[in-house]
Amino acid sequence: MTLEVKGLKVEFPSRRGTLTALDDVSFSIQRGEVLGVVGESGAGKSLTGLAIIGLLEPPGRIAAGEIWLEGRRIDNLPPEEMRRVRGRRIGVVFQDPLTSLNPLFTIGQQLEETILTHLPLGRAAARDRALSLLSEVGIPAPEARYDSYPHQFSGGMRQRVVIALAIAAEPVLLIADEPTTALDVSIQAQIIELLKRLARERGTAVMLITHDMGVIAETSQRVAVMYAGRVVEIGPVHEVIRAPLHPYTAGLMGSIPKIGIEKKRLVQIDGAMPRLNAIPPGCAFNPRCPKRFDRCLAERPDPLAVGARAAACWLHAAP
Amino acid sequence: MLAFLLRRVGQAILVMLTVGLIAFSLFRFVGDPVVYMGGQDATEAQRELWRRELGLDRPFFVQYWSFVKNAAHGEFGLSLRQVQPVSRLIADRLPATLELSFVAALLAVLAGIPMGIYTALRPRSWLSHALLAGSLAGVSLPTFLIGILLILVFSVTLGWLPSFGRGDVVQLGGWSTGFLTASGLKSLILPAITLGLFQMTLIQRLVRSEMLEVLRTDYIRFARARGLTDRAVHFRHALKNTLVPVITITGLQLGAIIAFAIITETVFQWPGMGLLFIQSVNFADVPVMAAYLCLVAAFFVLINLVVDLLYYAVDPRLRIETQ
Repeated sequence: MTLEVKGLKVEFPSRRGTLTALDDVSFSIQRGEVLGVVGESGAGKSLTGLAIIGLLEPPGRIAAGEIWLEGRRIDNLPPEEMRRVRGRRIGVVFQDPLTSLNPLFTIGQQLEETILTHLPLGRAAARDRALSLLSEVGIPAPEARYDSYPHQFSGGMRQRVVIALAIAAEPVLLIADEPTTALDVSIQAQIIELLKRLARERGTAVMLITHDMGVIAETSQRVAVMYAGRVVEIGPVHEVIRAPLHPYTAGLMGSIPKIGIEKKRLVQIDGAMPRLNAIPPGCAFNPRCPKRFDRCLAERPDPLAVGARAAACWLHAAP
Repeated sequence: MLAFLLRRVGQAILVMLTVGLIAFSLFRFVGDPVVYMGGQDATEAQRELWRRELGLDRPFFVQYWSFVKNAAHGEFGLSLRQVQPVSRLIADRLPATLELSFVAALLAVLAGIPMGIYTALRPRSWLSHALLAGSLAGVSLPTFLIGILLILVFSVTLGWLPSFGRGDVVQLGGWSTGFLTASGLKSLILPAITLGLFQMTLIQRLVRSEMLEVLRTDYIRFARARGLTDRAVHFRHALKNTLVPVITITGLQLGAIIAFAIITETVFQWPGMGLLFIQSVNFADVPVMAAYLCLVAAFFVLINLVVDLLYYAVDPRLRIETQ
């Protein structure tokens, strides 16, 4: 198993009490697997990624749980050792390629710097490696573009550069946080294809964070659905899409427009996700759930295994 | 690049002509120099004669044009008070002002930037709080008060440093320098601190706020996510981006240091251009004032040009695509 997250809990202490932003988040990703993480804004998808790479903004902190990378526990490493894990063992791609690159350095400089930080190479070897990375992520004529600055690239090309930076030291895990959200649809498909190829050819485990079910359906083997800081459903992507177990997942699927199927109107989930300081007792989804019953209002469900899947919903509890 | 330079030089000439015009026309209303020259006993006929001899009876724009023509040759006429060429007077005083401004600017930059970086990177340390509180005093206390307080402490009470003048100077060609004698260097300390303190605190606060801003950007987060060392993130990535706006403000402040040397020079009786200017104002010595104004404007224009070029060197986005 490349990545294992067990019972992760992230808290933000503040003067008016402690906010629990992530609670009991557990999942794992295998070598070469793409795990999609989906959910509304504020569900805790990006925060999970930041917690894994140890870059939670203070005062945020991991309050409970464990994170294991290839059999080594990494959530309690000292900062300097964690820095060596970032970039070397875990690569990260953020949402906006337009702002992820430092505008004052050439892409060659930024690549070489990353490679030299993590690998015992000389300058010339680092340059060779940088060039081959650029061609691997599909930058045409890397030699000619090597000394260009980020502003001389288009958005899609910049995201390719960002991906080249993220995989520069051959990490075993790539966390891609909304990598296609800021891009044109046609460019999106290319970036998705690139991520899939990395997982397939390099055996990189990919954690793909997005709110776009379409992207997940195309790329991932498994999907984790997050709601209000918890994983509410996790399982093989086709099963989850075809027959969602959790009413929230069902609502998400119903709200995707489909071509060819004539529907009078899209299903929408009424209401909004609760704020962190106002999560209702029982199941966090109960105020919006069409199938809620007494137990949902009183007790909070933990993920329950249903075949290859798990869902945190009392509907699937053994009677 | 060449086109950019030529355009900037063209703009600079336009600015200088405008400043010259303003200087020239404003100073016509300061007072009638002929009255000062002759005193109260001169007859109207004598005054007319002087006016004609000095060319003061010619139309305004004719006078302005001859002023510009001469100024372009570095010639600003005779000082009405000291009856010496203005260019000589200024040249005598220029080294004192430039040396003082140079040391003050050096102090402002070399102390202000590290202090700004420190307070941005360690916002919670007690030293940062102390530096910020101190900078508030530096920004808000008026220059003359700081000068007088320094004199009170270090000259009057402790007796360590001289309270006025340049000390002994050495002539190097036409340049008189105070850098080469112990008394010259000692004399520089208090005026340079007085003159540079405001700019130092300004630069410190500017660097701090810019750096805090930069540290929140996505590319800094991405740099951390790539596992770069704190050193590389702070001093390579963050600092370079911080310096882009800092260069502009600092450049303008260097001009301000030269211009505002007037107050410091007055407090410390520093024999520079500022003191000369103040003395000339009292006497309505128009040619000296005009020359001083033009010179300060020239410094500003020159510094702006250098700042633009620096900007261009630091920020690749401003460079014109050559491919």
